[in-house]
Amino acid sequence: MSKEFTYPEPPMLSEGRIGEKMILNMGPSHPSTHGVLRLKLELDGDLILRCDPIIGQLHRGDEKIAENMTYNQFVPYTDRMDYLAPIANNVAFALCAEKLAGIEITERCKAIRVICCELSRITSHLVGISAYAMDAGSWTGFMYCYTQREKICTLFEELTGARLTTSYSRIGGLARDLPDGWLGNLNSFCNKFLPALDEIDKLITRNRIFVDRAAGIGIITPEQAMQWGLTGANLRASGVNTDLRKDVPYLGYENYDFDVVIGAGGDCYDRWLVRIEEMRQSVRIIRQAIEKMPDGPVNVANPLISLPPKDGVLRNMEDLINNFMVVTQGPDLPEGEAYFEAENPKGALGFYIISRGGGVPYRVRVRGPSFVSLSIAQELLPGHNISDIPVLLGSLDFVLGECDR
Amino acid sequence: MKEEILLSEMAFLKPRRSVDGIPAFDCPKDSLVKAAKILRDKFECQSLADIASVDMGEDAGNARFGAVYHFFSHTKKKYVRIVCMCESGERPVLPSLCSIYKGADWHEREAFDMMGIVFDGHPNLRRILMWDTYPWHPLRKDFPLAGKEGSPLPPTFEDEDEADKVIPAPLVGGPFHSPSDGTAPFSTQKEPRSVEKFPDNCTEAEQ
Repeated sequence: MSKEFTYPEPPMLSEGRIGEKMILNMGPSHPSTHGVLRLKLELDGDLILRCDPIIGQLHRGDEKIAENMTYNQFVPYTDRMDYLAPIANNVAFALCAEKLAGIEITERCKAIRVICCELSRITSHLVGISAYAMDAGSWTGFMYCYTQREKICTLFEELTGARLTTSYSRIGGLARDLPDGWLGNLNSFCNKFLPALDEIDKLITRNRIFVDRAAGIGIITPEQAMQWGLTGANLRASGVNTDLRKDVPYLGYENYDFDVVIGAGGDCYDRWLVRIEEMRQSVRIIRQAIEKMPDGPVNVANPLISLPPKDGVLRNMEDLINNFMVVTQGPDLPEGEAYFEAENPKGALGFYIISRGGGVPYRVRVRGPSFVSLSIAQELLPGHNISDIPVLLGSLDFVLGECDR
Repeated sequence: MKEEILLSEMAFLKPRRSVDGIPAFDCPKDSLVKAAKILRDKFECQSLADIASVDMGEDAGNARFGAVYHFFSHTKKKYVRIVCMCESGERPVLPSLCSIYKGADWHEREAFDMMGIVFDGHPNLRRILMWDTYPWHPLRKDFPLAGKEGSPLPPTFEDEDEADKVIPAPLVGGPFHSPSDGTAPFSTQKEPRSVEKFPDNCTEAEQ
């Protein structure tokens, strides 16, 4: 979009309104709220004066649950947070625990985790943009995106045994190594995915109806975005150059060549463009990771942290004891506290762990990016029309499982 | 961000052990707002990344509850951790950072909901994940994992403040709604299309 383009002024709050107010409840089970979100809206005609998001319908108390189990046992719970990018959550939690313990994971593990994170970024963005497009009226776009997402789910199934509840990472490594021939399947998926993405792009991005509904709506200024603590694509669409993969590199992201995608206007349309382009960058990263996939073990060799190899458990006593200890007592992590944010598809997923030693965390705090993305709704929605809500919520791309935790 | 530079601006901070490379400080409760303001204005920490409420257990006495703040600078790409403990274990109070970071709003509401820390100066301190009438703070260490007996249920739609003004949308007759079982949530609602009102020539299928 060229710089000369000026956005239409948002409607003024007082212009030609009689001032009769109505309270309208939207949700908790409304198709355009992407989960169980309830919005309490104060309306003047179709103009939103006040918005109060009411969340918590999916609250399961993950932080409390985490205090009562070992680190590895908590990994399956992270699947259920952002259930559109489960592996990215698994990896973020494992990385935080490893940061706390100062564990250096193997190069092969890093490369596999990078591939998994980027694949989940693609799935999550595909669902995000398809639901967004559907809310704006494009059913076809939805089906095109889901066709591609199914292929990634199949890849996940080959890798982890599950399409959505992957539970793939462990503290100090992964649940299992890559299956034979998986990288080849992944490569051929990448080759087919890019033309398919171009097709989705051509189908919706320049569509007049979509542009009319999204451009100039829901503008978030860079200052606003930083004030509210937005992260990920929502922040970058506002023109802030922060990508934790580049700026606070983890998993060896500094060795990969990719571009950080930044928007110019911070409106709903920019958030769309950023997500489309981020998927192309993800494919770029995946291809580099396939190319230089290192050999070697996936788990660290520390018997207090990761499980010994299975044939060792069956044959010698020492390995059997270690296996038993890690499973029942959990990986032995030192005392301390650590905070780690990973650049997840929805934004920065942060974990803050306090450990008092041993295999069970004392306190786990989850900073859900969707929680933060949704908190801006109370400032963003007022001044817009009620018909803009599906587009606004779709463009923020949140998941209530992660928001409520 | 160097620890010494931060300390030279904010002498009231005390360095804290950090194993993850993020500069960490303990901050007295009264200076928290000042520290946040200095971090935002002088050290370019434009974002408040997270507020984590902590419960150090009943043995900790008055230093039982607290909050861990993580600030992030988008220009320097660095984190800062500030830990602030409440002065009382019975009535934990901390100053609110809402006037400095808008993003503190929901994080503080969550800490209030889950841990029972009152944030002084918060414009809208309500529960966020649990419902308003819920009596307990589930993340406290003395709250059992399985929950407590006799937890009240969330209020129904009619119990809410503006209930007398609520006009329910006419749902009866839709594909997912059965009007006659008596359990419909809007019990006071008049059924707009009751079966009797259908004309006689209407077939059963159309009803």
